[in-house]
Amino acid sequence: MEITCINCPVGCRLQVTVENGKVTNVAGNGCKSGYHYALQECVAPRRMVTAVMTVANRKTPLSVKTKTMIPKTKILDCMRQLSALSLNAPIRMGDVVCPDVCGTGVDVIATKTVE
Amino acid sequence: MQILNTQTVDVLVIGAGPAGMAAAIAAREAGVSNLLVLEREADMGGILRQCIHNGFGLHRFKEELTGPEYAQRDIDRVRELGIEVRCGTTVLSIDECRFVTAISKEKGLQLFQAGAIVLAMGCRERPNGSLGTPGTRCAGVFSAGTAQKYVNLEGYMPGKRVVILGSGDVGLIMARRMTLQGAKVLACVELMPYSSGLNRNIVQCLQDYDIPLYLSHTVTYIRGRERLEGVTVSQVDECRNPIPGTEKEFDCDTLLLSVGLIPENELTQQANVEISPLTQGAVVDDTLQTNQPGIFACGNVLHVHDLVDFVSAESLKAGKAAAEYAMGQRWSGKFVHVKDGDGVRGVVPQKIRIPESGMAAQGVQLMFRPAGVYENATLRIMDGEKEIHKAKKRILTPGEMAEVTLKSDILNALSGADLTVRIDP
Repeated sequence: MEITCINCPVGCRLQVTVENGKVTNVAGNGCKSGYHYALQECVAPRRMVTAVMTVANRKTPLSVKTKTMIPKTKILDCMRQLSALSLNAPIRMGDVVCPDVCGTGVDVIATKTVE
Repeated sequence: MQILNTQTVDVLVIGAGPAGMAAAIAAREAGVSNLLVLEREADMGGILRQCIHNGFGLHRFKEELTGPEYAQRDIDRVRELGIEVRCGTTVLSIDECRFVTAISKEKGLQLFQAGAIVLAMGCRERPNGSLGTPGTRCAGVFSAGTAQKYVNLEGYMPGKRVVILGSGDVGLIMARRMTLQGAKVLACVELMPYSSGLNRNIVQCLQDYDIPLYLSHTVTYIRGRERLEGVTVSQVDECRNPIPGTEKEFDCDTLLLSVGLIPENELTQQANVEISPLTQGAVVDDTLQTNQPGIFACGNVLHVHDLVDFVSAESLKAGKAAAEYAMGQRWSGKFVHVKDGDGVRGVVPQKIRIPESGMAAQGVQLMFRPAGVYENATLRIMDGEKEIHKAKKRILTPGEMAEVTLKSDILNALSGADLTVRIDP
C-alpha cells in the first residue's frame, strides 16, 4: 500500500509491503524516520494531539499538547478528558495539565504561559 | 503646537512575527545597537500565537514544536539581546528616504529616520469578497484564520456544522481543530484538481477524521437569512466552470474560507518598492534588498511560505544584510536576473548580484512554487542556453515550495545572461 509520511513537511510517499499484518518492506522514504513511521502507521498509528483548554480564572484559553504521540484511536477520548478538566492560572509553558491522559502513559503539557 | 522629534534608528524592523523577530536578532548579532521593532499587535509572535498545532521547528531546532513554543524561543532571544520592541504600534507610512511614521496609544504619533528598514509585515487571507460567490450575505462565513483566532486565542467556537472552501494549510488545520473541539466538518472543497496544502496535512487533518476532500469542486451558492443555513457545492470542469447537474447540498452553519494568502504590502508600495505580480511581494536581490536602497523584505510579506523555519532562515539573512547596510556596506556589481521558466512560478530572489571581483562569497538559495503537479520531473537552471544545474525531483506540487541552492563556484562562473529556472516533465 502507499501512505504519506507525516513526520515532516516533505511528505514522502511510502510504498509499504504488509504481509500477515507485518511490514516486510518500505520504499520511497527520504530518511530513516519515514521507515519507522511506516512500521508504526501500518500496525498501530499514533498522533500528536494539540488542543485548547479553558482556564477558569482567565478569559483566554490555554494551548496544550500531548508530550509525545498517543494511539490514534485515543484522540477523541483524550479531547473528552481534557474538556472535562478545570484549570486555574497561573500556568507555565511545559507544566503538566493532565498526567497520563486516557491511560496512554503520556502527559498533556501547556504550550504557552498564562500568568 | 508641539513639535515632534524625529528619532534616528539604525535598523527599523516592521513586524514582530517570526520574520521580524529573526531579522532583529540577526541585526543585533551583527552589531547594531540602535535597533527598533514596531509591532501592531499587543504581543510579539505574529500568526504563530494562534497556530497551536505542532510541526514547527524541525529544520531550525531539530525538534517538533507548536506555534506558541516556536515563537517563545525567538521572544526569549529578543529579550535576552535587549532589543526594543514597541507593541501596539501601527506603522502609518514609510517612504523611499526611509522616513517612517507610526502611532500607538501610549506614545501617540512617532517619527523615525531609519538607516535601514526590514519589512516583515507578513501576509493576510484572501477575503470572501474576492470570490463573488452567489447567494446571500449572512453571518457564519469566516476566513479560516479568523476562525482559528476565535477558537485558539479567544476561546469561542464559531459554529457546529462546517464546510471548508479551499484546501490551503490553514483550512486543513482548521478542519481538524473544529472537529477536535466538537464541531462536525462535512467537507473540504477545493477548486483545483489538487490541494494547495501540504500532503501531511491532508493525511493528519482530513483522512484521520474521515472528512471528505472534494477536488475540482467549489461552493456555488451561499444560503441563509440571518445565519448561514447551507451551501451548494458543484463540480467544475477543466476551465473551473461549474458543471450543471453536479450540485450537492450541505446543511451547515459555518463556511470557512482558505482560498489563499496575500503578502501585506500597502506600506511597501508607499515607498515605491517594485512588487512582483507573481509573488505579490517585493522584487529583491540576493541580499533581500528591494529596488529601494536600504529597504529589505523577508518572510510572508516577501512571498508566502509553507514553513516558518524557512521564514526564520530568510529573515536572519535580511536582518544581517540590513545591519551591514546601516553600517555603511554598499554592494556593487552587475545584476543577473532570475526568470520563471516552464512549470515555475515566482522565483525569489529575482536578481543575483555578481560581484565585480568575481567572488560570490556564499551560495544563493532560490525558492519558487511549481505551477502544477509533476512526478519524476527534472528541475533545470539555465544560464542563457547553458544548463548549470539539474536535479531529479520525485514530486513537485504547488502546495510545497521548492528550493535550489546555487553554490559559489556556479555563481562565479555565470555568463551574465538571464538565468531561467524550469521544470521539464
